[in-house]
Amino acid sequence: MQADAPKTINLHAEYEASGAKEVLDELDNELIGLAPVKERIRETAALLLVDRARKTLGLAHQTPTLHMSFTGNPGTGKTTVALKMAGLLHRLGYVRKGHLVSVTRDDLVGQYIGHTAPKTKEVLKKAMGGVLFIDEAYYLYRPDNERDYGQEAIEILLQIMENNRDDLVVILAGYADRMDLFFQSNPGFRSRIAHHIEFPNYTSSELHHIASHMLTDQHYTLTEGAKAALAEYIELRRNQPHFANARSIRNALDRARLRQANRLFTEGGIIDAATLSTIEESDIRASRVFRGGLDSERKGDSE
Amino acid sequence: MRITQGCFSFLPDLTDEQISKQVEYCLSRGWAIGVEYTDDPHPRNTFWEMFGNPMFDLKDPKGVMIELDACRKQFPDHYIRFNAFDSTRGFETVTMSFIVNRPKVEPTLRMERMEVDGRSVRYTHYTVR
Repeated sequence: MQADAPKTINLHAEYEASGAKEVLDELDNELIGLAPVKERIRETAALLLVDRARKTLGLAHQTPTLHMSFTGNPGTGKTTVALKMAGLLHRLGYVRKGHLVSVTRDDLVGQYIGHTAPKTKEVLKKAMGGVLFIDEAYYLYRPDNERDYGQEAIEILLQIMENNRDDLVVILAGYADRMDLFFQSNPGFRSRIAHHIEFPNYTSSELHHIASHMLTDQHYTLTEGAKAALAEYIELRRNQPHFANARSIRNALDRARLRQANRLFTEGGIIDAATLSTIEESDIRASRVFRGGLDSERKGDSE
Repeated sequence: MRITQGCFSFLPDLTDEQISKQVEYCLSRGWAIGVEYTDDPHPRNTFWEMFGNPMFDLKDPKGVMIELDACRKQFPDHYIRFNAFDSTRGFETVTMSFIVNRPKVEPTLRMERMEVDGRSVRYTHYTVR
């Protein structure tokens, strides 16, 4: 075969062949809601695909900056999307291995002088060829303590993000307001991150959808009464403190399963598979959410 | 005198690209790479100084190459080798070891002969700079 660059390229064939389509389809099917996020990822995928085509045809190109920031409230799917993103970048050939290394401040910042740099570098070495996901990245920067070692970790990160752009992609994640503050005080990060993706909160109907998705995966079914109770539960839970979107729903379902197991155990007798996999209205109604949240917090509200 | 030991000792020195590919192979087998350096290549000097900790859980050779660059920067005129450690139960040992850096002017190994206990002959080697 000749080493000449090809004259034409079929973008759609390329899209199918790279496996990017599978990842995007997976994203569409497995994740409920998050329309703006999906849109942004689709755009990014298109950009990368076009960039790759340009490279194949021998046009001028430079490796795009792929570092990203994911902002959104807890439980909005940042980690899950990061995992998909790693797969996508791997399929498109922008990272060599496509694994995700998920870290927080504790993994990067040391406890005494001279401890931070080796620790950060070790994590970075593990992340080479993949995606480094820094959850709650704003904890790296503590403005109240000027001798905080987080600054050292930030400097090493910035250096690697600039010099090893071909080797790893860094994704910073956290709550929107605190991330904004973090970027304001670390302008180096803002300029090195090209893609800012915001994760919106789920609507109640999306949360309900997610709940039924989770239950189907675990082979549980809800009675009609339980469905209504769940919808009511979601409405009440949203307005209570420490609401963490899908994570709160998962915890609520876990507790409902606990109550169901306890109910079945107390009732005793002979049971069949249908009984074992049915969650009744009473299992959900027993939640403290219907009585106005945790006792300690209710007290706090009245004061 | 060109001193050789470990894997690939019959080959010319590996280029960085070749080193990277060997590391890739090691990592694909789940071996951990350790970087070691010394200024004394005497064959009896089996324990070289470690440069940082052995690197476990790496996926890509780039991490090891960064460490090698750091080691070369600090010890440009030393011997540097990679040890690949296999942690599989029952092995738990270095399974592969090769030299990745050597000084520009290498020391020479000399043999010394001496007579002991009457006419018995003993031999030993020593490094000359």
